[in-house]
Amino acid sequence: MIRDVEILVIGGGPAGLCAAQAAASLGAQVLICERDYLPGGQLVKQTHKFFGSERQYAGTRGFQIGQKLIADIAGNPRVELLTEATVLGIYEDGIVTVLYQQQHLKIRPQKIIISVGASEKFLAFPGNDLPGVYGAGAVQTLMNVAGVKPAQRVVMVGAGNIGLIVSYQLLQAGVDVACVVEAAPRIGGYLVHASKLRRAGVPILTGHTVKEAYGSDCLEGVTICRLDESWQQIPGTEQEIPCDTLCLAVGLAPLSQLCWQAGCKMAYIRELSGHVPLVSENLETTVPGIYAAGDTSGIEEASSAMVEGRLAGYAAAAALGYQPQEAEEQCRMARQELVELRSGPAGEKIRAGLAKMSKWREEQATC
Amino acid sequence: MLIQDGIPTREDLSRVLPPESRLAKGAVAIAECFQNIPCNPCSQACPKGAIQVAPDINATPQIDFDRCIGCGICVGQCPGLAIFVVDMTYSEDTALVQLPYEFLPVPQPGQIVQCLDRAGVVQGCYPVVKVSGGKKNQTWLVSVAVPRDLAMEIRNIRVGGEADA
Repeated sequence: MIRDVEILVIGGGPAGLCAAQAAASLGAQVLICERDYLPGGQLVKQTHKFFGSERQYAGTRGFQIGQKLIADIAGNPRVELLTEATVLGIYEDGIVTVLYQQQHLKIRPQKIIISVGASEKFLAFPGNDLPGVYGAGAVQTLMNVAGVKPAQRVVMVGAGNIGLIVSYQLLQAGVDVACVVEAAPRIGGYLVHASKLRRAGVPILTGHTVKEAYGSDCLEGVTICRLDESWQQIPGTEQEIPCDTLCLAVGLAPLSQLCWQAGCKMAYIRELSGHVPLVSENLETTVPGIYAAGDTSGIEEASSAMVEGRLAGYAAAAALGYQPQEAEEQCRMARQELVELRSGPAGEKIRAGLAKMSKWREEQATC
Repeated sequence: MLIQDGIPTREDLSRVLPPESRLAKGAVAIAECFQNIPCNPCSQACPKGAIQVAPDINATPQIDFDRCIGCGICVGQCPGLAIFVVDMTYSEDTALVQLPYEFLPVPQPGQIVQCLDRAGVVQGCYPVVKVSGGKKNQTWLVSVAVPRDLAMEIRNIRVGGEADA
């Protein structure tokens, strides 16, 4: 049996939950399919207070924002949320298949919002397959979702926001953080995160990399070394650091498989951290009726993901004829919020990526 | 350098520290926030309207030290834990440093704790005078009485291990 829905939101993280709430507020019927057993995406394990402004719940801890977004849709009869529901494919005839409770659901949505987030990048070095080498996301899930102390002593690789934040949370969990190693000559994450880690006694070693991880049956330590200006390892600068866990926080890549499969025009945009669908100002891809919001269309902060979700949700509802005037106003405000969030030096990379995006879009439109 | 190791330099600090004349009048907030990131809860939190983040949320906060009463509400609100309140008038030879704290166990007033500088180096062990906040947003505000010459150095505490210091 094929089930008809107005708007299908794929992924119940910050972007997806906000998209559902926005679309439903205008009157649209929304179905959210979330692969995990909990909705909220990465928010469920974010124990730090968010940045941004009041409109993105600044000052509130991530997991509490997640709880709020879930509560916002919980009582809404126009929103249905399926958890442990994995979207398998988007077919040419518009049918979306979902694996849910051992059943193969077929859904025919009028609009689709793809907000499936990102995956962690990995790093190549000898010994990176030893037990004890983790992605930072896994360590954060063990610690903050499962309540498991994941390590005794950690070396963190990456001084972007994830590396800095997870290091701080490890300290809070009573784990010894030996150091944060960052290959770039500068700290990539917010400096306030770096400073709070540093004043807790954790050295942040910029211009350093992991040379190798060692151990017989599991990780026993890592060798780090300095990098020169052309990112080459400097012989003789090796340093051995005993640890039972090496945590990799070396960036995220957009999860764009469903966009590829749906036939969206894609582009590799380095500043957006990978292959992303080309989207319009209202986040519609080149396949009419399919929108992409959040990390799926370029790696950014969760604050932006929430606003993008709202933008896509309002736009999709408007396209179905729900309160188009109100929707247009809400879309305009969301776009303005995004401009503001991205306007400073911290948004420089995103702005460059989006400039490439609109150039590609124009070229696409003319050929 | 801050961008390389997370430790603000004297020069960074000189841009945000209140003048001596204001410090001599009592408790005042210091925002050790040096980077243009999109964030403004401090300005929303201030009951006196003393913190400006303008013209947009990417600006660093500017504290009007004459309006600031050193109440510490912004200390608990700052997502970056970058605001501190310093009271140089606390006693003849000590100053009070109020700092944000998010570790367990939460210290008790009267307890002697390790006091760390911006590089995480223990500068001595001093008494906690007051503990507030915590319940609502899980950031505790801990005030420690430190020698006056360390008031602009102490920016963290560590509970436990005092005997080793």
